[in-house]
Amino acid sequence: MTQTKVIVGLGSCGIAAGANKVYNKIKALQEAEKLNFELAKTSCIGMCFREPLVEVIDDNGSMIYGDVDEDKAIEIIQQHVIGLNPIKDYVVKTDLFTTPDSVYFDGQIKIALRNCGYIDPENIQEYEDRGGYSALKLIAKDKIAPDVVIQTIIDSGLRGRGGGGFPTGMKWRFARASQSAEKYIICNADEGDPGAFMDRSLLEGDPHAVIEGMIIGAYAIGATDGVIYCRAEYPLAIKRLNIALAQAHERGYLGNNIQGIEGFNLDIHIKEGAGAFVCGEETALMASIEGKRGMPSKRPPFPAESGLWRKPSNINNVETFANVSYIVSHGAGSFNKYGTEKSKGTKVFALTGKIKHGGLVEVPMGMSLRDIIFKLGGGIQNNKKFKAVQLGGPSGGCIPEHLIDILVDYDQVNATGAIMGSGGMVVMDETTCMVDVARFFLDFTQKESCGKCTFCRIGTKRMLEILSRITVGEGQEGDIEKLEELALQVRDSSLCGLGQTAPNPVLTTIKYFRHEYEAHIRDKKCPAHSCKKLLTYEIVADKCTGCTVCAVKCPVKAIDGERKKVHHINQDICIKCGDCYSNCRFDAITKS
Amino acid sequence: MRIQRISNNVDTVEIDGEVDLSLIMPLINKYRGKKGSLIPLLQGVQTVYGYIPKSAFELLAKETELTLSDMYGVATFYAQFRLKPVGKIVVKVCHGTACHVQGADAISTAIKDALGVEDGGTTPDRLFTLETVACLGCCSLAPVMMIGEETFGKLTGSSAVKIIKEIRIRESQNK
Repeated sequence: MTQTKVIVGLGSCGIAAGANKVYNKIKALQEAEKLNFELAKTSCIGMCFREPLVEVIDDNGSMIYGDVDEDKAIEIIQQHVIGLNPIKDYVVKTDLFTTPDSVYFDGQIKIALRNCGYIDPENIQEYEDRGGYSALKLIAKDKIAPDVVIQTIIDSGLRGRGGGGFPTGMKWRFARASQSAEKYIICNADEGDPGAFMDRSLLEGDPHAVIEGMIIGAYAIGATDGVIYCRAEYPLAIKRLNIALAQAHERGYLGNNIQGIEGFNLDIHIKEGAGAFVCGEETALMASIEGKRGMPSKRPPFPAESGLWRKPSNINNVETFANVSYIVSHGAGSFNKYGTEKSKGTKVFALTGKIKHGGLVEVPMGMSLRDIIFKLGGGIQNNKKFKAVQLGGPSGGCIPEHLIDILVDYDQVNATGAIMGSGGMVVMDETTCMVDVARFFLDFTQKESCGKCTFCRIGTKRMLEILSRITVGEGQEGDIEKLEELALQVRDSSLCGLGQTAPNPVLTTIKYFRHEYEAHIRDKKCPAHSCKKLLTYEIVADKCTGCTVCAVKCPVKAIDGERKKVHHINQDICIKCGDCYSNCRFDAITKS
Repeated sequence: MRIQRISNNVDTVEIDGEVDLSLIMPLINKYRGKKGSLIPLLQGVQTVYGYIPKSAFELLAKETELTLSDMYGVATFYAQFRLKPVGKIVVKVCHGTACHVQGADAISTAIKDALGVEDGGTTPDRLFTLETVACLGCCSLAPVMMIGEETFGKLTGSSAVKIIKEIRIRESQNK
């Protein structure tokens, strides 16, 4: 009988949900009672909606428990690990029987996320045991030429996963063609899209996959130095990257004459970003590494000719690199057998918003939006009605219900006016106001505009002003047309992707939800009951029992009334948070 | 536009009499002569003091080849840098997309009301600073806030205020 292994998921989400407490509890129990099992850590398996997760592996196989708290942890150890009697009701994922959550994994194909949740990310041996660094070893052993590696990546059909969608192999070919004694390979880990956390999970869960991809990229283009530009908001990712880089050095995957390849020297450093969305744009990112304000510059020259420190440079995204090592060790065919004609392989999506199963999924390109949201995602929270899904963050757009059967690939998503983006999918229901969503994104891009181009700097500001006044009931006839006109000008006249795509959330919401704009402007009503200025909470005297729950729950003490007497909301104090509305058990509070 | 942040920060509170500049000398020596070190230097200074004091800017200008204007330009461009001291505890309310659609505005409003400060403000007792952040990457637990290193998820206005009150009570007991 092999030793039972208990693994606690300690990604950022898991920790936020209380996984550290669970881990410490199990550890204390193990030490106090001298229990014989191996306690280990891993990262995120993607089931964020069931965090904290604890996996028990014994002779029978693996079972993952969800929603584990300290009490449940003790039960699991006592009944399953000691008593050999699994608590089936708590299990969320196993191959041994079907669980209600099994459907979350139906149709998922894990390539980029192949190791996330299965290995201890701080232990290089576990990565190697699952085939890690075999791609690099293969290149060294078979003396595969850089051009052949590039051709493999081109054949695989891999396109940039950061949102651009440019063929990765072609990018590498351009960088290889530039002659220079110094070249840089850069990993863009400045995941700035609000609502996206694929890269964070990858870096926290499988840092070596990204590093190996970078090493292969460096070999292919002839880079001499590597930089990972990572958000400072991801402290755990940075910590694990540092550990992984030191381990890679120790085992000869970084340094001089890597794996015996004569003259292949590479070192990788981490640069912490300082909080600027525009630094996701490659020329701005390089300016930031150089210690300047992160402002984009005109292309050409492209980074492949003159990039970081004016040397040829190549930038790819975290997820792109994580796919590279898999493709090189398994062949282009292992990747391009998935997907559609022009979009090959798989894509990781972060499912968030008003969805039942929020988390990370990796699916083949070409799965329908409906399957992702309603099958894997389990549909809408509280059984409300689906309204739209936002793809591509501030550069993307909202896809309405009547287009939910599109297949998710670069072409079909672009055709809706949204973009694939980096993979954030924010689901919205009938209570989400689409004008407010557009205002939210414009507020974001307006603040994040670096200020270099007039249209982006001032155009987004004017658009935001119009959207803001519409959401507070001060919209005017002609505002929609003004927005459309400005949107096109900002799109056509901005230098970088930030400005060029900033109008997308506005254009798509006007295109698909024009009636909501009109209701705000003409009737001064928010159909979704979301815009606070257009909203009033009131207590229905007939239904109020005077239970005082609303008054207790109100964070600003806007509700008064004696016990067993009808309560009253003071409209001057009310911040319209809705806590009273959601806590009233007698339907005595109306929202209009 | 990012430059707007200057106006928020212009009244740099000078309590530099209390700033011990010797604390950042090891940092300056570490990056001496290295290219592209402006941002790591400022990040290091902020780690030491919680913000970037005016006297630290001046010391950097004296000890390195960096100019005051370049440093000020960078410090006001990136959201991470603060030119004002912060409270002991920084409350970061996430306003990413997922948090926004799940009601982050109500969380911020409730906390602002409880603390009596605006976004970016610090309470008079210097205990709390309230900040809005773009995305903490814990979208599936939205709406969330981060206090110190700890993230709190699935908040409501009242639960957020409760957490703040508990911290305040704990802090007053520790005094």
